[in-house]
Amino acid sequence: MPTLRDIKRRIKAVHSTSKITKAMKMVAASKFRKAQQRMFELRPYADRMSAVLSSLAGSAESEIHPLLAVRPRKNVDIIVLTSDRGLCGAFNSNILRVASKHISHLRKEGFEVNVSAIGRKAVDYFKRRNVPLKKSWVGISGRISYANAQEIATDIIERYTNEATDEIILAYNEFKSVAAQKVVVTRLLPLASIEAAVGTLPVFNFIYEPSKENIFNNLLPKNVEIQLFRALLESQASEEAARMSAMENATKAANDMINSLTLQFNKARQASITKELMDIVGGVEALKG
Amino acid sequence: MENKILLEIVTPHGLIYSEEVDEVTANGSEGEFCVLPGHVPYVTTLKAGMLMCKTGKEPAIFFVNWGYADIGADKVLILADSAEKSEEIDVERAKEAMKRAEERLRKCEECDFHRAEASLERAATRIQISQMRIPK
Repeated sequence: MPTLRDIKRRIKAVHSTSKITKAMKMVAASKFRKAQQRMFELRPYADRMSAVLSSLAGSAESEIHPLLAVRPRKNVDIIVLTSDRGLCGAFNSNILRVASKHISHLRKEGFEVNVSAIGRKAVDYFKRRNVPLKKSWVGISGRISYANAQEIATDIIERYTNEATDEIILAYNEFKSVAAQKVVVTRLLPLASIEAAVGTLPVFNFIYEPSKENIFNNLLPKNVEIQLFRALLESQASEEAARMSAMENATKAANDMINSLTLQFNKARQASITKELMDIVGGVEALKG
Repeated sequence: MENKILLEIVTPHGLIYSEEVDEVTANGSEGEFCVLPGHVPYVTTLKAGMLMCKTGKEPAIFFVNWGYADIGADKVLILADSAEKSEEIDVERAKEAMKRAEERLRKCEECDFHRAEASLERAATRIQISQMRIPK
Protein backbone atom coordinates (compact mmCIF):
# COMPACT_ATOMS: atom_id res chain seq x y z
CA MET A 1 0.00 0.00 0.00
CA PRO A 2 1.59 3.30 -1.04
CA THR A 3 1.80 5.92 1.63
CA LEU A 4 -0.09 9.19 1.49
CA ARG A 5 3.03 11.05 0.54
CA ASP A 6 3.77 8.71 -2.39
CA ILE A 7 0.33 9.20 -3.84
CA LYS A 8 0.53 12.93 -3.45
CA ARG A 9 3.83 12.99 -5.26
CA ARG A 10 2.41 10.94 -8.11
CA ILE A 11 -0.60 13.18 -8.47
CA LYS A 12 1.69 16.14 -8.75
CA ALA A 13 3.84 14.45 -11.37
CA VAL A 14 0.87 13.42 -13.50
CA HIS A 15 -0.57 16.88 -13.18
CA SER A 16 2.55 18.54 -14.52
CA THR A 17 2.67 16.04 -17.39
CA SER A 18 -0.89 16.91 -18.30
CA LYS A 19 0.05 20.58 -18.34
CA ILE A 20 2.80 19.87 -20.84
CA THR A 21 0.64 17.74 -23.11
CA LYS A 22 -2.07 20.37 -23.04
CA ALA A 23 0.38 23.07 -24.06
CA MET A 24 1.75 20.86 -26.82
CA LYS A 25 -1.75 20.32 -28.10
CA MET A 26 -2.33 24.05 -28.33
CA VAL A 27 0.93 24.57 -30.18
CA ALA A 28 0.15 21.72 -32.56
CA ALA A 29 -3.30 23.15 -33.19
CA SER A 30 -1.97 26.52 -34.24
CA LYS A 31 0.74 24.99 -36.40
CA PHE A 32 -1.83 22.71 -37.91
CA ARG A 33 -4.05 25.58 -38.96
CA LYS A 34 -1.17 27.23 -40.76
CA ALA A 35 -0.08 24.04 -42.47
CA GLN A 36 -3.61 23.21 -43.50
CA GLN A 37 -4.11 26.60 -45.06
CA ARG A 38 -0.94 26.34 -47.11
CA MET A 39 -1.96 22.89 -48.23
CA PHE A 40 -5.43 23.93 -49.31
CA GLU A 41 -3.96 26.83 -51.23
CA LEU A 42 -1.59 24.63 -53.16
CA ARG A 43 -3.98 21.76 -53.91
CA PRO A 44 -5.85 23.32 -56.86
CA TYR A 45 -2.58 24.34 -58.48
CA ALA A 46 -1.03 20.91 -58.08
CA ASP A 47 -4.15 19.14 -59.34
CA ARG A 48 -4.41 21.25 -62.43
CA MET A 49 -0.71 21.01 -63.11
CA SER A 50 -0.92 17.24 -63.35
CA ALA A 51 -4.11 17.48 -65.38
CA VAL A 52 -2.43 19.74 -67.92
CA LEU A 53 0.53 17.41 -68.13
CA SER A 54 -1.50 14.31 -68.72
CA SER A 55 -3.52 15.99 -71.44
CA LEU A 56 -0.32 17.17 -73.12
CA ALA A 57 1.39 13.84 -72.78
CA GLY A 58 -1.04 12.28 -75.21
CA SER A 59 0.66 14.10 -78.03
CA ALA A 60 4.20 13.85 -76.72
CA GLU A 61 6.87 11.46 -77.87
CA SER A 62 8.92 10.09 -75.04
CA GLU A 63 12.16 11.19 -76.71
CA ILE A 64 11.24 14.80 -76.28
CA HIS A 65 12.36 15.01 -72.69
CA PRO A 66 14.38 12.63 -70.48
CA LEU A 67 11.70 12.78 -67.80
CA LEU A 68 9.20 11.32 -70.24
CA ALA A 69 11.32 8.28 -70.90
CA VAL A 70 9.85 5.07 -69.60
CA ARG A 71 12.46 2.38 -69.11
CA PRO A 72 12.04 -1.22 -68.06
CA ARG A 73 12.09 -1.30 -64.29
CA LYS A 74 15.30 -2.50 -62.71
CA ASN A 75 16.40 0.10 -60.20
CA VAL A 76 13.74 1.57 -57.97
CA ASP A 77 14.18 4.52 -55.64
CA ILE A 78 11.87 4.86 -52.69
CA ILE A 79 11.66 8.07 -50.71
CA VAL A 80 10.14 7.86 -47.26
CA LEU A 81 8.74 11.06 -45.83
CA THR A 82 8.34 11.33 -42.05
CA SER A 83 8.56 14.06 -39.44
CA ASP A 84 11.61 15.21 -37.54
CA ARG A 85 9.94 15.11 -34.15
CA GLY A 86 8.02 12.42 -32.36
CA LEU A 87 5.06 12.59 -29.98
CA CYS A 88 2.59 12.42 -32.79
CA GLY A 89 0.96 9.07 -32.21
CA ALA A 90 1.27 6.43 -34.90
CA PHE A 91 2.08 8.98 -37.60
CA ASN A 92 5.66 7.88 -38.18
CA SER A 93 5.34 4.21 -37.33
CA ASN A 94 2.47 3.81 -39.79
CA ILE A 95 4.44 5.14 -42.67
CA LEU A 96 7.62 3.30 -41.75
CA ARG A 97 5.73 0.02 -41.50
CA VAL A 98 4.12 0.44 -44.90
CA ALA A 99 7.38 1.59 -46.45
CA SER A 100 9.38 -1.35 -45.08
CA LYS A 101 6.79 -3.77 -46.36
CA HIS A 102 6.93 -2.14 -49.75
CA ILE A 103 10.70 -2.27 -49.83
CA SER A 104 10.92 -5.93 -48.95
CA HIS A 105 8.19 -6.69 -51.45
CA LEU A 106 10.11 -4.95 -54.21
CA ARG A 107 13.34 -6.69 -53.20
CA LYS A 108 11.60 -10.04 -53.33
CA GLU A 109 10.55 -9.33 -56.87
CA GLY A 110 14.16 -8.80 -57.76
CA PHE A 111 14.38 -5.04 -58.08
CA GLU A 112 17.38 -3.09 -56.95
CA VAL A 113 15.92 -0.79 -54.29
CA ASN A 114 17.54 2.42 -53.09
CA VAL A 115 16.07 4.07 -50.03
CA SER A 116 16.13 7.79 -49.31
CA ALA A 117 14.65 9.42 -46.26
CA ILE A 118 13.16 12.79 -45.49
CA GLY A 119 12.76 13.53 -41.78
CA ARG A 120 14.82 12.50 -38.80
CA LYS A 121 12.47 9.69 -37.76
CA ALA A 122 12.88 7.85 -41.04
CA VAL A 123 16.65 8.37 -41.02
CA ASP A 124 16.95 6.93 -37.51
CA TYR A 125 14.65 4.04 -38.30
CA PHE A 126 16.60 2.88 -41.32
CA LYS A 127 19.91 3.41 -39.58
CA ARG A 128 18.82 1.16 -36.72
CA ARG A 129 17.90 -1.52 -39.22
CA ASN A 130 21.15 -1.11 -41.14
CA VAL A 131 19.41 -0.08 -44.32
CA PRO A 132 21.83 2.07 -46.28
CA LEU A 133 20.35 5.41 -47.25
CA LYS A 134 21.08 6.86 -50.62
CA LYS A 135 20.21 10.36 -49.52
CA SER A 136 18.70 11.91 -46.44
CA TRP A 137 17.19 15.28 -45.68
CA VAL A 138 16.53 16.33 -42.10
CA GLY A 139 15.39 19.50 -40.43
CA ILE A 140 12.87 20.61 -43.00
CA SER A 141 9.59 19.60 -41.40
CA GLY A 142 8.28 22.53 -39.44
CA ARG A 143 9.40 25.23 -41.81
CA ILE A 144 8.85 23.87 -45.26
CA SER A 145 9.60 26.18 -48.12
CA TYR A 146 9.39 25.76 -51.83
CA ALA A 147 13.18 25.76 -51.91
CA ASN A 148 13.18 22.48 -49.97
CA ALA A 149 11.01 20.85 -52.58
CA GLN A 150 13.22 22.27 -55.30
CA GLU A 151 16.34 20.87 -53.71
CA ILE A 152 14.91 17.38 -53.43
CA ALA A 153 13.35 17.54 -56.88
CA THR A 154 16.66 18.55 -58.46
CA ASP A 155 18.30 15.51 -56.94
CA ILE A 156 15.53 13.17 -58.08
CA ILE A 157 15.48 14.55 -61.59
CA GLU A 158 19.22 14.19 -61.86
CA ARG A 159 19.11 10.56 -60.78
CA TYR A 160 16.32 9.78 -63.19
CA THR A 161 17.98 11.59 -66.08
CA ASN A 162 21.29 9.82 -65.44
CA GLU A 163 19.42 6.52 -65.54
CA ALA A 164 20.61 5.75 -62.03
CA THR A 165 17.06 4.73 -61.36
CA ASP A 166 14.08 3.73 -63.47
CA GLU A 167 11.32 4.54 -61.04
CA ILE A 168 10.92 6.85 -58.09
CA ILE A 169 8.37 6.12 -55.41
CA LEU A 170 7.34 8.44 -52.61
CA ALA A 171 5.71 7.26 -49.40
CA TYR A 172 4.03 9.93 -47.32
CA ASN A 173 1.03 10.69 -45.16
CA GLU A 174 -1.81 12.25 -47.04
CA PHE A 175 -4.09 14.53 -45.11
CA LYS A 176 -7.68 13.23 -45.00
CA SER A 177 -9.11 14.99 -41.98
CA VAL A 178 -8.00 16.05 -38.53
CA ALA A 179 -8.73 12.57 -37.26
CA ALA A 180 -7.42 10.57 -40.20
CA GLN A 181 -4.23 10.44 -42.17
CA LYS A 182 -3.69 8.00 -44.95
CA VAL A 183 -0.38 6.50 -45.89
CA VAL A 184 0.08 6.93 -49.61
CA VAL A 185 2.69 5.21 -51.72
CA THR A 186 2.80 7.02 -55.02
CA ARG A 187 5.02 7.12 -58.03
CA LEU A 188 6.76 10.40 -58.79
CA LEU A 189 8.57 9.31 -61.92
CA PRO A 190 7.82 8.20 -64.53
CA LEU A 191 4.56 10.07 -64.36
CA ALA A 192 1.74 7.54 -64.21
CA SER A 193 -0.61 9.51 -66.39
CA ILE A 194 2.08 10.11 -68.95
CA GLU A 195 3.14 6.53 -69.17
CA ALA A 196 -0.42 5.58 -70.01
CA ALA A 197 -0.80 8.36 -72.51
CA VAL A 198 2.52 8.38 -74.36
CA GLY A 199 2.23 6.90 -77.80
CA THR A 200 -1.53 6.89 -77.89
CA LEU A 201 -3.00 8.89 -80.70
CA PRO A 202 -3.27 12.54 -79.83
CA VAL A 203 -6.82 13.67 -79.37
CA PHE A 204 -5.91 17.21 -80.23
CA ASN A 205 -3.00 18.65 -82.03
CA PHE A 206 -1.80 21.21 -79.58
CA ILE A 207 -0.20 24.38 -80.73
CA TYR A 208 2.87 24.98 -78.63
CA GLU A 209 4.50 28.32 -78.05
CA PRO A 210 7.44 28.91 -77.99
CA SER A 211 7.97 25.22 -78.78
CA LYS A 212 7.03 21.78 -77.58
CA GLU A 213 10.50 21.16 -76.18
CA ASN A 214 10.50 24.45 -74.38
CA ILE A 215 7.12 23.81 -72.77
CA PHE A 216 8.10 20.34 -71.59
CA ASN A 217 11.48 21.54 -70.38
CA ASN A 218 9.69 24.02 -68.18
CA LEU A 219 6.68 22.06 -67.18
CA LEU A 220 8.10 18.63 -66.33
CA PRO A 221 10.66 19.62 -63.68
CA LYS A 222 8.22 22.15 -62.29
CA ASN A 223 5.63 19.43 -61.94
CA VAL A 224 8.01 17.22 -59.96
CA GLU A 225 8.75 20.15 -57.67
CA ILE A 226 5.10 20.95 -57.18
CA GLN A 227 4.09 17.36 -56.48
CA LEU A 228 6.90 17.05 -53.96
CA PHE A 229 6.02 20.34 -52.37
CA ARG A 230 2.47 19.19 -52.08
CA ALA A 231 3.54 15.95 -50.41
CA LEU A 232 5.68 17.92 -47.96
CA LEU A 233 2.77 20.16 -47.05
CA GLU A 234 0.32 17.26 -46.78
CA SER A 235 2.70 15.44 -44.52
CA GLN A 236 3.22 18.54 -42.42
CA ALA A 237 -0.49 19.07 -41.92
CA SER A 238 -0.98 15.39 -41.14
CA GLU A 239 1.83 15.45 -38.63
CA GLU A 240 0.41 18.37 -36.69
CA ALA A 241 -3.08 16.86 -36.82
CA ALA A 242 -1.74 13.56 -35.53
CA ARG A 243 0.15 15.34 -32.79
CA MET A 244 -2.94 17.27 -31.85
CA SER A 245 -5.02 14.16 -31.32
CA ALA A 246 -2.16 12.29 -29.63
CA MET A 247 -1.74 15.11 -27.15
CA GLU A 248 -5.47 15.36 -26.65
CA ASN A 249 -5.55 11.68 -25.73
CA ALA A 250 -2.55 12.04 -23.46
CA THR A 251 -4.18 14.92 -21.61
CA LYS A 252 -7.35 12.91 -21.20
CA ALA A 253 -5.44 9.90 -19.92
CA ALA A 254 -3.56 12.07 -17.44
CA ASN A 255 -6.79 13.54 -16.12
CA ASP A 256 -8.30 10.07 -15.69
CA MET A 257 -5.21 9.05 -13.80
CA ILE A 258 -5.40 12.08 -11.55
CA ASN A 259 -9.00 11.21 -10.75
CA SER A 260 -8.26 7.64 -9.80
CA LEU A 261 -5.18 8.69 -7.81
CA THR A 262 -7.18 11.30 -5.95
CA LEU A 263 -9.73 8.62 -5.05
CA GLN A 264 -6.94 6.40 -3.82
CA PHE A 265 -5.47 9.28 -1.87
CA ASN A 266 -8.74 10.05 -0.16
CA LYS A 267 -9.27 6.41 0.72
CA ALA A 268 -5.81 6.17 2.22
CA ARG A 269 -6.35 9.38 4.16
CA GLN A 270 -9.65 8.13 5.54
CA ALA A 271 -8.04 4.82 6.46
CA SER A 272 -5.29 6.50 8.40
CA ILE A 273 -7.79 8.70 10.26
CA THR A 274 -9.85 5.68 11.17
CA LYS A 275 -6.78 3.89 12.35
CA GLU A 276 -5.75 6.79 14.58
CA LEU A 277 -9.24 7.00 15.98
CA MET A 278 -9.22 3.31 16.82
CA ASP A 279 -5.93 3.77 18.61
CA ILE A 280 -7.28 6.59 20.72
CA VAL A 281 -10.48 4.76 21.52
CA GLY A 282 -8.45 1.67 22.37
CA GLY A 283 -6.21 3.72 24.67
CA VAL A 284 -9.16 5.26 26.45
CA GLU A 285 -10.75 1.84 26.95
CA ALA A 286 -7.49 0.52 28.38
CA LEU A 287 -7.22 3.42 30.86
CA LYS A 288 -10.78 2.81 32.02
CA GLY A 289 -10.12 -0.82 32.66
CA MET B 1 -22.63 27.28 -71.32
CA GLU B 2 -22.30 27.96 -75.00
CA ASN B 3 -20.02 30.62 -76.40
CA LYS B 4 -18.40 31.18 -73.07
CA ILE B 5 -14.96 30.28 -71.84
CA LEU B 6 -14.25 29.11 -68.35
CA LEU B 7 -11.28 31.16 -67.17
CA GLU B 8 -9.39 29.74 -64.22
CA ILE B 9 -6.35 31.41 -62.72
CA VAL B 10 -4.49 29.20 -60.27
CA THR B 11 -1.34 29.95 -58.34
CA PRO B 12 0.45 28.07 -55.55
CA HIS B 13 -1.40 30.45 -53.23
CA GLY B 14 -4.81 29.32 -54.30
CA LEU B 15 -7.48 29.63 -56.93
CA ILE B 16 -7.54 33.32 -57.79
CA TYR B 17 -10.34 33.47 -60.30
CA SER B 18 -12.87 31.11 -61.81
CA GLU B 19 -15.58 32.61 -63.99
CA GLU B 20 -17.32 32.16 -67.30
CA VAL B 21 -16.06 34.88 -69.61
CA ASP B 22 -16.48 35.96 -73.24
CA GLU B 23 -12.92 36.79 -74.11
CA VAL B 24 -9.44 36.52 -72.61
CA THR B 25 -6.39 38.55 -73.58
CA ALA B 26 -3.01 37.53 -72.19
CA ASN B 27 0.67 38.15 -72.62
CA GLY B 28 2.31 35.05 -74.06
CA SER B 29 6.04 34.58 -74.40
CA GLU B 30 5.70 35.11 -78.15
CA GLY B 31 3.45 38.11 -77.80
CA GLU B 32 0.00 39.09 -76.77
CA PHE B 33 -2.84 36.83 -77.75
CA CYS B 34 -6.57 36.81 -77.44
CA VAL B 35 -8.81 33.82 -76.92
CA LEU B 36 -12.42 33.55 -78.00
CA PRO B 37 -14.70 30.56 -77.50
CA GLY B 38 -13.86 27.65 -79.79
CA HIS B 39 -10.11 28.24 -79.81
CA VAL B 40 -7.87 25.40 -80.97
CA PRO B 41 -5.91 23.62 -78.22
CA TYR B 42 -2.97 25.81 -77.46
CA VAL B 43 -0.27 25.77 -74.80
CA THR B 44 2.09 28.62 -74.15
CA THR B 45 4.34 30.08 -71.51
CA LEU B 46 3.37 33.48 -70.19
CA LYS B 47 5.51 36.51 -69.59
CA ALA B 48 4.92 38.76 -66.63
CA GLY B 49 2.19 41.03 -67.77
CA MET B 50 -1.44 41.83 -68.11
CA LEU B 51 -4.31 39.44 -68.44
CA MET B 52 -7.69 40.83 -69.29
CA CYS B 53 -11.01 39.10 -69.51
CA LYS B 54 -14.32 40.45 -70.69
CA THR B 55 -17.61 39.26 -69.40
CA GLY B 56 -21.12 40.59 -69.45
CA LYS B 57 -21.25 41.37 -65.80
CA GLU B 58 -17.79 41.85 -64.41
CA PRO B 59 -14.75 42.44 -66.59
CA ALA B 60 -11.39 42.18 -64.86
CA ILE B 61 -7.73 42.96 -65.32
CA PHE B 62 -4.98 40.92 -63.67
CA PHE B 63 -1.27 41.06 -63.28
CA VAL B 64 0.11 37.59 -63.97
CA ASN B 65 3.67 36.77 -63.10
CA TRP B 66 5.25 34.09 -65.28
CA GLY B 67 3.37 30.89 -65.88
CA TYR B 68 1.61 28.70 -68.38
CA ALA B 69 -1.64 28.93 -70.21
CA ASP B 70 -3.53 25.85 -71.29
CA ILE B 71 -6.23 26.76 -73.74
CA GLY B 72 -9.02 24.58 -74.99
CA ALA B 73 -12.24 25.22 -76.87
CA ASP B 74 -14.24 26.20 -73.81
CA LYS B 75 -11.68 26.83 -71.11
CA VAL B 76 -8.55 28.82 -70.36
CA LEU B 77 -6.40 27.59 -67.53
CA ILE B 78 -3.67 29.89 -66.27
CA LEU B 79 -1.02 28.32 -64.05
CA ALA B 80 0.95 31.27 -62.72
CA ASP B 81 3.55 31.78 -60.04
CA SER B 82 1.49 34.67 -58.79
CA ALA B 83 -1.48 36.69 -59.96
CA GLU B 84 -3.23 39.76 -58.65
CA LYS B 85 -6.37 41.60 -59.61
CA SER B 86 -5.55 45.12 -60.74
CA GLU B 87 -7.47 46.69 -57.85
CA GLU B 88 -5.59 44.54 -55.37
CA ILE B 89 -2.06 45.33 -56.45
CA ASP B 90 0.02 46.81 -53.68
CA VAL B 91 1.31 49.88 -55.51
CA GLU B 92 3.55 50.99 -52.66
CA ARG B 93 5.30 47.66 -52.64
CA ALA B 94 5.70 47.67 -56.39
CA LYS B 95 7.17 51.18 -56.27
CA GLU B 96 9.64 50.09 -53.65
CA ALA B 97 10.60 47.04 -55.67
CA MET B 98 11.11 49.31 -58.66
CA LYS B 99 13.37 51.59 -56.68
CA ARG B 100 15.38 48.64 -55.41
CA ALA B 101 15.77 47.24 -58.88
CA GLU B 102 16.87 50.60 -60.29
CA GLU B 103 19.38 50.90 -57.50
CA ARG B 104 20.79 47.51 -58.29
CA LEU B 105 20.98 48.27 -61.98
CA ARG B 106 22.93 51.43 -61.28
CA LYS B 107 25.35 49.82 -58.89
CA CYS B 108 26.24 46.51 -60.39
CA GLU B 109 27.91 46.26 -63.73
CA GLU B 110 26.85 42.83 -64.80
CA CYS B 111 26.39 40.82 -61.63
CA ASP B 112 22.68 40.12 -61.57
CA PHE B 113 21.82 42.28 -64.48
CA HIS B 114 19.17 40.02 -65.89
CA ARG B 115 17.47 39.47 -62.60
CA ALA B 116 17.45 43.14 -61.74
CA GLU B 117 16.17 44.01 -65.16
CA ALA B 118 13.42 41.42 -64.90
CA SER B 119 12.29 42.63 -61.52
CA LEU B 120 12.32 46.21 -62.72
CA GLU B 121 10.14 45.27 -65.63
CA ARG B 122 7.85 43.31 -63.35
CA ALA B 123 7.43 46.20 -60.95
CA ALA B 124 6.81 48.66 -63.75
CA THR B 125 4.16 46.43 -65.31
CA ARG B 126 2.54 45.99 -61.92
CA ILE B 127 2.24 49.72 -61.41
CA GLN B 128 0.98 50.23 -64.92
CA ILE B 129 -1.67 47.56 -64.52
CA SER B 130 -2.75 48.83 -61.15
CA GLN B 131 -3.78 52.07 -62.81
CA MET B 132 -5.70 50.45 -65.62
CA ARG B 133 -9.42 50.20 -65.44
CA ILE B 134 -11.76 48.55 -67.83
CA PRO B 135 -13.43 50.96 -70.22
CA LYS B 136 -17.12 50.64 -69.71
